[in-house]
Order: sequence, then structure tokens, then C-alpha cells
Amino acid sequence: MLMPNTMEETITTLSIVDTDRSVAVKVDASAKAALESMRWPTTRDEDWKYTRTGRITKEQWAILEAPAQSNWQSMSIPALDAWQIVLINGRVDHAQSQLPVDANIQVTEDEVKTSQTFTHSFEALQRAYCTGHLNIVIADKAQIAKSIHIIHYNDGNKVLSQPQLNITIGAFAKVHFVESFGSNATEQSFGNRQLNISVGENAHVSWDKIQDMHDHDFLMNDDRVAVAGSAQFTINTLTVDGGWTRNQLAISLDGSNIEASLNGCYLPRRNQLVDNHTKLDHRFPHCNSHELYKGLLDDSSTGVFNGKVYVHLDAQKTNAYQNNANILLSEQAQMNTKPELEIYADDVRCSHGTTTGQMDEEALFYLQSRGLSYEGARKLLTTAFINDVLAHVENTAVREHVTNRFEEEGLLYI
Amino acid sequence: MLHIKGLEAKIEDKQILNGLSLEVKPGEVHAIMGPNGSGKSTLASVLAGREDYEVTGGEVLFNGQDLLEMAPEIRSRSGLFLAFQYPVEIPGVSNMNFLKAAVAEKRKHLGLEPLTAKEFLKLVNEKSKLVELDGQLANRAVNEGFSGGEKKRNEIFQMAMLEPTLGILDETDSGLDIDALRIVANGVNALRSPERSFVVITHYQRLLDYIVPDFVHVLYKGRIVKSGTKELALELEERGYDWIKEEVDAHA
Repeated sequence: MLMPNTMEETITTLSIVDTDRSVAVKVDASAKAALESMRWPTTRDEDWKYTRTGRITKEQWAILEAPAQSNWQSMSIPALDAWQIVLINGRVDHAQSQLPVDANIQVTEDEVKTSQTFTHSFEALQRAYCTGHLNIVIADKAQIAKSIHIIHYNDGNKVLSQPQLNITIGAFAKVHFVESFGSNATEQSFGNRQLNISVGENAHVSWDKIQDMHDHDFLMNDDRVAVAGSAQFTINTLTVDGGWTRNQLAISLDGSNIEASLNGCYLPRRNQLVDNHTKLDHRFPHCNSHELYKGLLDDSSTGVFNGKVYVHLDAQKTNAYQNNANILLSEQAQMNTKPELEIYADDVRCSHGTTTGQMDEEALFYLQSRGLSYEGARKLLTTAFINDVLAHVENTAVREHVTNRFEEEGLLYI
Repeated sequence: MLHIKGLEAKIEDKQILNGLSLEVKPGEVHAIMGPNGSGKSTLASVLAGREDYEVTGGEVLFNGQDLLEMAPEIRSRSGLFLAFQYPVEIPGVSNMNFLKAAVAEKRKHLGLEPLTAKEFLKLVNEKSKLVELDGQLANRAVNEGFSGGEKKRNEIFQMAMLEPTLGILDETDSGLDIDALRIVANGVNALRSPERSFVVITHYQRLLDYIVPDFVHVLYKGRIVKSGTKELALELEERGYDWIKEEVDAHA
């Protein structure tokens, strides 16, 4: 098993990290100090109003080695032609991975120095006890035909996995990433992963996240993307399963002529919570952004959507579209949605819309009156609703895999 | 084919149908006319199985079976078709996929093999010509962005695809210009046969110039108060409904 660094220290006490059970990792002392001086967000904080962290912070989590055998293959997508990088418990497992063999793709696991200011405790926690780095550099002009599939798999009792991914895509390069999150079906885990992406000029990048954990798991994703001029960037956040999932996505458009597309779908049920916080910064003129998040919420589940769009003073001719649509399938399901647009430029086109409602009874009756069963009619409507988002997933294998997972879970029939 | 006896129905606390009776035999076309609020659309809704309405009395037999006991989809599969007054827009669901599912359900119900893709397409081509429906419309989402005329033509196209034994047209003429009206009526006339019956609900006589009924009934205060032949429709066109209202109210 590869260790992230030779300078290992034993973890010293931090209430949420179980030091007795944890293996040694390199501790970032200043991040740890910062974490100890911060308080965990509570529902009194505007950004965490509907998302409780108490169940995470009251636990004792441990940093664990990969077990001898792990069922990470359940996250694999057989139809996807991809290099596969498997991280078990937050660290690259070389024996399980099929690392890229391509001169245009460089994969390393060295520590990358990043900012020491932290916007929230999850970030400081990740930095203080980083379980592993994964750095990928795509060369300028490289057209990567195979997809790069990064699989995170948590496997161990109350395991804490905290990898940091640093992805740099060269100018004029084209590449497709898939990032899957899975876990052991019986043991509780907490994934807290940091992702930094730098998209070069004129590059064409799509990133599909598939979150497919279990009810007892917690998953925090902090995604930060910096996009250079004339690039195209698409990120799709597809939440299939998991007890507590928070996506914090920040995209900074650092040039002109950028096309950015961010889409997500979530189908929580039981007591699941899915929280999508997005922040989009239009800093330069002539950029287009398209944002579409859709949710089907059942049982006593909770959904949160907060979409910030900042159009800075210089970002004239911005075209920003945002939409969040939700269907509540039960009386107990709850959706909290809030678009936040701040526009400082005067020649822009920005639109946003949010809807939360029930299934369209009139449409259901119309379909039934043509001979479709109630279940068949509902499935046709829910599928159409979610397909609106899946249509942005260009890769057929990924799209079919996610559709199959929704079907397996019976989510489109509800 | 359709046997309605003493039908009573209400929505919320409002009684709308008050003992309506009607007998429709195979191949017949019955027009139901009446002033606004007389219960015309309620009758269509109750027959199609809309849940908002509560049937409080009477019976409806469709080919000898208790229609009111059937779920809406079973009524459809058994050969009843309602052309909606306001066809519903369903974004994201393609007309084709929807029809494919509907036709498959109907054939399954009748114990028939599903159509092959080729047979289905052939049927679509054939039936869409009946209402001069552009092939493009068939591929769009159900009714989404359709004009009023296109929506009504789409209803008749769906009826042609599902080949019901009883077609109920709920104010299909409302909102149509004369050209669209003619196209829709031609589509219906092409579907007329000795085995297929129609109940044509309309406020105006105009539609009946094109779809010539065998019988005309006047609905008022939730029951049929006058029946006749197509001449009755012409009389109504000329004299309005007031004389009928007076006649009925005088007896009450």
C-alpha cells in the first residue's frame, strides 16, 4: 500500500478523528490548528440552514488502510472505455487501478501546496488529514479518446476518506472524466473529498460525478473549477444514493468566450438529504453558462439547492441561465431552493427559475385515458423529467449506467 | 354499446348530473348540445373516469360491462376514447413513445402480439394523413408548443391510432378556425363505421354541418331534456337555448 508521504506523523487528538484506530498520515499542522479554531457550521449559518452536520461531528471517524478485498467493482461501468483509477479509503490503490498509459496523461500522488485559508471546517479537516493526493495533468492539445474513471470506495467501519484531487487540463486538450463514489453496504463512512480543476484555454472538458453511496454514509464534495478563456466545461452531478450528500461546486470563468454547463439530478428517498450549493463567477465578457438541477423527492427526504451566480462588473454580454425544478412525491418530502443572482454588469441576459410541485395529475390522467397504467404513466413522466438532465451527459455508457441504477432502485416507478 | 341510465354526479358539493339517460347503438353518432354549465363536459369526464367527479347514482354499461367500475386505462383499452377539450402538454415525453406505449397496452389487453417497429411506423404514417398532421409533430413532445388546431388534430390522430369502438369528442370544435374544423371533421368521418359510435359534445351547431349526427340531444341542468334529429341542432342554432330553458323550467 502506497503511503502519501514519507514524513508521517501519528494523528494527535481531534474529537472527530479516532486516533486509536487510525493509521498514520501526514498531518498538516496549520490546517489542524485552523480547524481547531473554527466551529462546525450549524443550521444558524445561512449556507447550512437545512443541512445538519451534527451527525458527522458527533461520530468518531478513523483513517483506515484498504482491506485485503474490496467490492469497489460495483462502481465500475463495464461499457465505459476508460482508464480506471481506484481510491480505496481515500488513497490510490495501484493494484486495483488501471492507470493511464498515455504520454499525454501524467498521474502523480505528490502533495500539492494549496491555500491555507479555509472557508469551512470540512475544507480544513480535509487538509489537516489528507488521506491521499491524486494529481492528473493532461498535456496541451491532447485529445484523450478513453475516459478517465476515478472510483472512490469507502470500505471500513466508520472510515474517513479525504483525498485531494488536483486536475490540470492543458490548452486545446479534450478529455472526459467520470468520478464515482461508492461504499461498503454495511459499514458507515464519511467521504470528504476536495477537487481542484484547472481548465486551460480552448480546452473541452466534461466531468460526470456519480454518487452512489448508502443511507448510513456521509459525502462532502468540495469542487473548485477555474476555467480559462474559450474553453468548454461541463459538470454533471448525478446523485443516485446516499444518506447525506453535500456538493459544493464553485466555478470561476476566468476568460472570455467560455461555455460552462452545470447540471444535476437527485432522487432522495427515506431520510436522505441531498444538498447542492453552486457558485458561478462570470468575471469576463461574452461567456455563456447553463445550469439545470432537477430533483424527485420521496418519503421524508430533504433537498437543498442554492445557486449563486455573480456577474462581475466587467462581464458584459454574459448569458446566464439557471433552472431548478423539483417534484415532491410525498407529503413529507421537503425541498429548499434559493437562486441568488448578483449582477454588476448592465448588458447581460440572466434568467433563473425554480419550481417545486407535485406530479402533474392532469398529465397522468391524460396518459391513463390513452391506456397507460397509473404506474406506466408515472414512469413516463418521471423519466422525462430526469432525462432533461441526463441529456447533458454526453457519454452513452455513463448515461445508461445511471438510468439503470435509477431503474434498479425503482426510482422512476414511484 | 353505451347504456347510460339515471346518471347522477357531483364535483365537490355541486350536483351537476341529475339523472341523465342515453342509449348509443353501434355505428350511431349522437350529438349532445346544451348551454354553458349544463353538464356536457362533466358527462365526458365521468365517462372517461376523471377522479374529481363523484358518481352518486345511476349506471353506465359499456358493451355490457359496468364502465364506472373500470380504471381510466381499462376504459381506454376496452375501446373508449375521449378527445379532450383541453389536450394536456407533456414536456419531455415524445408523441411517438407515448403512442407506442398506448398502442402496446391496448394490443396486450386484446391479446394481440405487439406491433413491430415497422408496422407501427406504417400505422403512424397512415393515420397521421387522416388529419393532415405533419410528421414533425408526431416526433415532438406531446402537445408541447402545438397550436390549438394542432392539439385537436393530435387528439383525432391518437383516436385513429387506438381505433376505439366509442369516441367521445368534448368540444373538439372549440377554438378552431373553419379550415382546422374541416380537417378534424374529415378525420372523424373517415373513422365512422357500422361498429364505431361517437358522442359529439358541442356548444355550437357548426361542427354538425361536418359531422352529421343521427341524433341530437339537449342537455340542461344535468339531464337530457329534448332529443331529435339533426334538424333540432339547426333549430337551436336559430332560436338559441332560451325556449328550451323556459319549457323545462315551466314544467319544474
